[in-house]
Amino acid sequence: MKPLRVLVAKPGLDGHDRGAKVVAQALRDAGMEVIYTGLKRSPEAIVQAALQEDVDVVGLSILSGAHEPLSRKIVEGLRAAGGESIRVAVGGTIPQQDVPNLRAAGVWEVFPMGTPLPAIIKAFERLQRED
Amino acid sequence: MAEEKKSKDVVLHAGIAVKARYGPEDLAGFDPARDLGRPGEYPFTRGIHPEMYRARVWTMRQYVGFGTPAETNQRFKYLMARGQDALNVAFDLPTQLGLDSDDPRAEGEVGRVGMAVDSLADMEEAFAGIPADRVSVSLTINSMASILQAMYLVVAEKQGVAWDRVVTTPQNDILKEFVARGTWVYPVEASLRLVIDLAEFCARRAPKVNPISICGYHIREAGCTTAQEMAYGLAIVAAYTERLLARGLDIDEFAPRLSFNFTCWGKIFEEVGKFRAGRRMYARLMKERFGAKNPRSMMFRSLIGGGGSAFTAQEPENNIVRGAYLALTAALSGAQTMALPTYDEAYTIPSPKAQLIALRTMQICAEETGVADTVDPLGGAYYVEWLTNEMERAIQVELDHIERLGGIVEAVKTGAVQAEVARQAYLFERKLLSGEIAKVTVNRHVAPDADTTGPQLELYSFDRSVVEAQLAKLGQLRAQRDGAAVTRALARLREEACGTRNLMEPILEAVRAYATLGEIAGAMKDVFGEHKEPVGL
Repeated sequence: MKPLRVLVAKPGLDGHDRGAKVVAQALRDAGMEVIYTGLKRSPEAIVQAALQEDVDVVGLSILSGAHEPLSRKIVEGLRAAGGESIRVAVGGTIPQQDVPNLRAAGVWEVFPMGTPLPAIIKAFERLQRED
Repeated sequence: MAEEKKSKDVVLHAGIAVKARYGPEDLAGFDPARDLGRPGEYPFTRGIHPEMYRARVWTMRQYVGFGTPAETNQRFKYLMARGQDALNVAFDLPTQLGLDSDDPRAEGEVGRVGMAVDSLADMEEAFAGIPADRVSVSLTINSMASILQAMYLVVAEKQGVAWDRVVTTPQNDILKEFVARGTWVYPVEASLRLVIDLAEFCARRAPKVNPISICGYHIREAGCTTAQEMAYGLAIVAAYTERLLARGLDIDEFAPRLSFNFTCWGKIFEEVGKFRAGRRMYARLMKERFGAKNPRSMMFRSLIGGGGSAFTAQEPENNIVRGAYLALTAALSGAQTMALPTYDEAYTIPSPKAQLIALRTMQICAEETGVADTVDPLGGAYYVEWLTNEMERAIQVELDHIERLGGIVEAVKTGAVQAEVARQAYLFERKLLSGEIAKVTVNRHVAPDADTTGPQLELYSFDRSVVEAQLAKLGQLRAQRDGAAVTRALARLREEACGTRNLMEPILEAVRAYATLGEIAGAMKDVFGEHKEPVGL
């Protein structure tokens, strides 16, 4: 089984990266190939990195409340650049009420606050098996 | 031996193994006169004031700010009317990063995690009716600290308050932003210059301003251990001190106004030991290494807040109970100022009700529990004195490690500290998953019928008209101000940024001309460039 390639990304201005770095390390320990972008990347830069690195999933971590416009831009940016097969996951400070909107915008999985780490890993592992 | 086998292993976050009991045999060589001193005396192990809370209870300072300056002004007044005696201002991310509200990069972030400030006009509105000589104000701002503090000084000036009566605490600790909180803009050395410019300027011109609040807090929230939190804080204050001395200031001219911001969300006695050890180590650092003569230069004055890390998203009402323990821990640790996270923090900008509960928690702790009745009530306990010594050793090990990395500034530039903090965060998460670290409702006593739809909380509903209002105001400002004065001030700032002189005067000139935050920050970016993050995992 080919390991899943994941880009863990911090879009927008939010500087809290504990969650992103913990998830990145956990995915790596679960056998996936993980690239971390660093902070404050623009949606355009994240789309570029996802295509260049030929990843299967982009995992966004957003704790500032700006998850809706940022996720939408990245999903749309990927589609426009021929990366429609790349899935987008979003985690962070995401109220339950925003989950349907994110899904409707084309987000693959949403991990709101309080999501246990194993649940996140399982979702990625499921994807790895399907692919 | 059979009895020993029954007890579980206990290892603290700092890696210290704890025995089931302690006695006088654990304090061999303990010299109270040398190791503790009297309360309020060197080395301040037992606290920095001789009577601590008997003379004056800690300051209660909740972190507040959201939406427009006018909205934030209302919340300030709500809390002050209920006994909060000092303010702690939250700014939105565009403000923290020097972007105007109409900058494309600010889209979706205006007024979200704090209040939006685009120019002096916004600061005038935020502090309308709040007298600058009577309320002490913390400005949670770092890469933009010099600009926001300049704005506040001009607000005070317009209120008729002389600068030497202004009491503010701009956070102004950029090194911890590189390590943890992420609101860096300029490269490390240029960022340090701005920190020191502000601190030097305040020492000379606004002497009641506490010009740097050195933060272990955010580094701990990002994942480091208790011992690392204190070690990194001490290494950071030493780095700033060296640079201030290099400006020709005497240690006693600025050190009395240095203060700290630390968290206390771990185990109660480990936290108490951390602060007692930290006070002692700081006093020795300032006296022995930097030659301070004024005892005030040796006092570790700290805001001690809980951290959101203590709290859970699961059954959030339990966080009210955790908050009470945090307040108790902060009091036993000798806090000068206290701030608590609110129980709804994982979900939302705090509701007024949650803010009020946090404030009431601190008031109950101060006035009902008796914890404020006598200084350092745990002093002399076998366990606490032993643990204070052990924490000092653990902190020293971390300090030595930083030295081997070439010092804290070098370790920040290479990303070595950042990588260590991320490693510790993952280690901690794994201990949570294994149950080695207990968290009720997360890995202990998890309710079988746990509600998966999320709790019933009053969520802050972000009002998009906030953005419209902010943008309209900014447009109006740009149209009405003296454009030539703005251009002149920004040109001067750019020119002086190329040299080595203190930048506070040109920044003040730009602020007075109503140059926007984005324009002032941008002028410096033209000269300094931007930080490139060392990304290593």
